Amino acid sequence: MIETPLLKVNDVSKFYGNRIGCRNVSFELWPGEVLAIVGESGSGKTTLLNCISTRLMPTTGSVEYHMRDGSYRDLYRMNEAERRFLMRTDWGFVHQNPADGLRMTVSAGANVGERLMAIGDRHYGKIRSTAIDWLERVEINAERIDDQPRAFSGGMRQRLQIARNLVTGPRLVFMDEPTGGLDVSVQARLLDLVRGLVNDLGLAAIIVTHDLAVARLLSHRMMVMKDGNVIEHGLTDRVLDDPREPYTQLLVSSILQV
Amino acid sequence: MATPLVVSEVAKSFTMHLRDGIKLPVVSDVTFSVAAGECVVLGGPSGIGKSSLLKMIYGNYAVDTGQILVNHQGRVVDLASADPRTIIEVRKRSLGYVSQFLRTVPRVAAIDVVAEPLIARGVPASEAREKAAELLTKLNLPEALWQLPPATFSGGEQQRVNIARGFITDHTILLLDEPTASLDATNRAVVVGMIAEKKKAGVALLGIFHDEEVREAAADRILDVQKFSPRKAIAA
Repeated sequence: MIETPLLKVNDVSKFYGNRIGCRNVSFELWPGEVLAIVGESGSGKTTLLNCISTRLMPTTGSVEYHMRDGSYRDLYRMNEAERRFLMRTDWGFVHQNPADGLRMTVSAGANVGERLMAIGDRHYGKIRSTAIDWLERVEINAERIDDQPRAFSGGMRQRLQIARNLVTGPRLVFMDEPTGGLDVSVQARLLDLVRGLVNDLGLAAIIVTHDLAVARLLSHRMMVMKDGNVIEHGLTDRVLDDPREPYTQLLVSSILQV
Repeated sequence: MATPLVVSEVAKSFTMHLRDGIKLPVVSDVTFSVAAGECVVLGGPSGIGKSSLLKMIYGNYAVDTGQILVNHQGRVVDLASADPRTIIEVRKRSLGYVSQFLRTVPRVAAIDVVAEPLIARGVPASEAREKAAELLTKLNLPEALWQLPPATFSGGEQQRVNIARGFITDHTILLLDEPTASLDATNRAVVVGMIAEKKKAGVALLGIFHDEEVREAAADRILDVQKFSPRKAIAA
């Protein structure tokens, strides 16, 4: 079997009026590959993530996605219904703030089950048992299945959001600062969990983070952004151990050692 | 069979942009090869670029010019110009690396840290753990520690986990960055034995050993890195 890229990003730019969101970004993402996008606040990394995941329409450029039927489709030329279907089944999107990705006033079980129903599952017992299975995989006690995420801690909410996203067996997951706002011990647990799930499921992922340690632990490849441009791009180990660009050197040398 | 590792006319310097862009040359015109079943040891004083050379071969450092040719499953790959995906594939199958320090992952048990490279190659988890247990026993790591994450281990214990992790696969090339630095005499001898086994299996080894005894026992050939260093005049 000859492998082909899952995603082909061609020259994507986004301008907000005359301000630059991101400019001329091109790359390919392969099945099972984890790409980290790093950079400081305002560098355009979230804009780029939103463009690629079609939550935002870019000003120019195209993104081709390798569909399950083997064809490549330009995401920006799909109709709204097709895009929504893709986002609910083949993709996941993990937001920094779990409240943006969860429905806070329905139960944990329903949060997970909703995505299953979106792909046509109707058997209540089966949906519930899959939901329980996934809660356990993200280390949430099955007894909490009928509780609302409002009653969960920040770390639990984030894990629930991950379960909700992975239950449909997506091939591509977008994550926007998945560990931001969590305290360190909770972060470590989440990182370990994400790392295990990505390995086990062979997921491709694009992770936006400003935390280089997170990028080192989770990603194979890394892109460094500054002022909307990708200034450095390569193997994660290489970018972190031998940064070439002045800004990347500054970023790497600014990490606090414990 | 092609030579597992050929380094040809490699040069490397660092440009320190935060220090007014000064350029620090590291090595130039590095040319050597390592044959199957051979252990080549990098020699020379500290700071001469031995570790840097290993990091270039493993892909953590980019090189300015030259080629790093690795025999990867029957074809020759130039790691100096390979894309990240290729480097990751070569690391998974052909090129192993035992670093000086273990980069620990929070919460992962020592035995799983060791088993991971095998599992990544598709070996069933139970079989990989069995092999990991075998290696940890050989390296005298107390069984009570196996299920604990290595973050809290002593330097020598962490290093043995690291060695077990590096030696568990049948990578055809193995880079060793002072794997015996914090080990006692008994465990140093174990590692020397493990290196001999790898040689017998036809693995090409390239290492740095500051311990003279280990170096004597392991090395087929010592490569003086000083001759590649622009600092040879000062060091001499």
